[in-house]
Amino acid sequence: MNFDDYRGVWVFLEEKDGVIAPVSLELLGAGRKLADKRQTELSGVLIGEGVTALAQSAFEYGADKVFVYDDPIYRHYRTEAYMRAVLACVEKHKPEILLYGATSTGKDLASAVATDLPTGLTADTTQLDVEEDTGLLLASRPAFGGNIMATILCKKYRPQMATVRPKVMKALPREPGRTGTIIAESIPLREEDVRTKVLEIVRATTRRVRIDEADIIVAGGKGLGGPAGFQLIHRLAETIGAAVGASRDVVEAGWIGHHHQVGQTGVTVTPKIYFAIGISGAIQHIVGMQNSGLIIAINKDSAAPIFQSCHYGIVGDALEIVPMLIQAFETALGRKEEANAGKV
Amino acid sequence: MLHIVACIKQVPDTKIIKMNPKTNTMDRASAPAILNPYDAHAVEEAVRLRARYGGVVSVLTMGPPPAVKAIKKCIEIGADEGYMITDRAFAGADTLATSYALTKALEKIATIRPIDLIICGKMTIDGDTGQVGPGIARRLDIPPLTSVNKVVEINQDEGYAIVHRKLEDGYEVIRSTLPCLLSVEKEINEVPYSPLPNMLRAARYQPHIWSVNDLPDIDRPQLGLKGSPTIVSSVWAPAKPQGGTMLEGTAQDQVQQLLNVLLERRELLEVGRS
Repeated sequence: MNFDDYRGVWVFLEEKDGVIAPVSLELLGAGRKLADKRQTELSGVLIGEGVTALAQSAFEYGADKVFVYDDPIYRHYRTEAYMRAVLACVEKHKPEILLYGATSTGKDLASAVATDLPTGLTADTTQLDVEEDTGLLLASRPAFGGNIMATILCKKYRPQMATVRPKVMKALPREPGRTGTIIAESIPLREEDVRTKVLEIVRATTRRVRIDEADIIVAGGKGLGGPAGFQLIHRLAETIGAAVGASRDVVEAGWIGHHHQVGQTGVTVTPKIYFAIGISGAIQHIVGMQNSGLIIAINKDSAAPIFQSCHYGIVGDALEIVPMLIQAFETALGRKEEANAGKV
Repeated sequence: MLHIVACIKQVPDTKIIKMNPKTNTMDRASAPAILNPYDAHAVEEAVRLRARYGGVVSVLTMGPPPAVKAIKKCIEIGADEGYMITDRAFAGADTLATSYALTKALEKIATIRPIDLIICGKMTIDGDTGQVGPGIARRLDIPPLTSVNKVVEINQDEGYAIVHRKLEDGYEVIRSTLPCLLSVEKEINEVPYSPLPNMLRAARYQPHIWSVNDLPDIDRPQLGLKGSPTIVSSVWAPAKPQGGTMLEGTAQDQVQQLLNVLLERRELLEVGRS
């Protein structure tokens, strides 16, 4: 394998509901830095049906080039169809680095592509860097349930591949009118070559506040003592219009569904305000919420690691503090509503 | 007769594992070895499918000799047969080398009894990658179906499976040809306590144990550390964040201070309430 043949940083551009997924735009931001450091191009790989027009937004978020596979066979994500497109594109244009969002689609695709190439793949990366002179990708991620961080290298194979957690990297500010080159690609692929069919897509019907989209999250942990104590989390969340989050042990104890789990094996969140209540702050939880705007921690144990990661901390029993908070908010917010009512 | 093989792993319980604060390394001895929790769901699903369609459930693992315990746990859940590959040659394998070794073992199992379906847990709690399952599927050239949270139907006569695949905001219904590989989410089932007869059988059960020499046509450079493109170059304890302002005074004082901080950001509360 001649490494000099492999040039450029690529991002797999995941299309969802007619737009490029936010995580892909974040990766263009991260990829731009890597490409600049290597003085090379940043490209996107865009696969789908009727997706060519989306290349423009990739340019506006930092891409120089977009390889497009636009064909009805790619209407739905299917591992085999998408994998064949990516494999063909890598073989033809030889990138040095290829990044995917760590979504259900990105992880599925990257695992298949890595095996066939073959090359190394680092999962769920949270930090990326590249050695300027060697082009070696430094992909770092929490390991062993988040107890440690590890930097993983792929020295002997190209491209170097990683999936990257959503909401960890930052997208560049959109630059309207920025352009690039669209390269239309295709491979001979017939429907009968693909062994899976998507029969139906069912979107979640109840549109609860999803924690990855919420502006305020009230998250609870084992420190609440039991499901009854955890009800306080729901009440506080309701009072201030927040979504409810939870630590892994609480989810595993069955106090709340897994959709609410914040952390390495749950959801990465970036709300404007994050309340961590009765959560000790295992690193696997911290990596999932550390990019929140304002972090408030309430915990009985003054030595709890969560206090290292918060902006404001209260040492105290959640069962005592949270009811006071609920009451304080009710009063404060109630007054605000009265004040507003007075103005009308 | 369906033959389902679940691929499983024994892992350190990462919830309990302790770090050595001086060396920033893990004290592996501090953590009990357990069956990877996601794999328990894979085995349970295989057992449920056997109850629906008949057949045989085998489990396969790669690991050091003590990993026999994880196989016994699967027998307790209800698996019929256990296979283990264990050899120094496998040590240090990343996901690519692991999927290669397991594939070679699966090929050998298939000579004993053809395989219709392979089931893996979503990921292991020590590696956290979820890459081995899809890797096996690619090497066997069968469709990989990841994030499966329901098996709707297995139709062996017509050679297809229908499953639900979890998406970020719902699920998709997929039909795939058989054989295929499923990697399953934990919500696919609940693993009940094992019935006593299973526990008695597990206590006596001796799995089939193979070394690298028992696997035909194996390409040794693809195994273990040598066959692993990724290497861990450094390991460190995550940077200790700065720590914030600790509020002081009585509980009521602290709540009031917090409220003041938040009310300064009044607009945020309004966002929350809208």
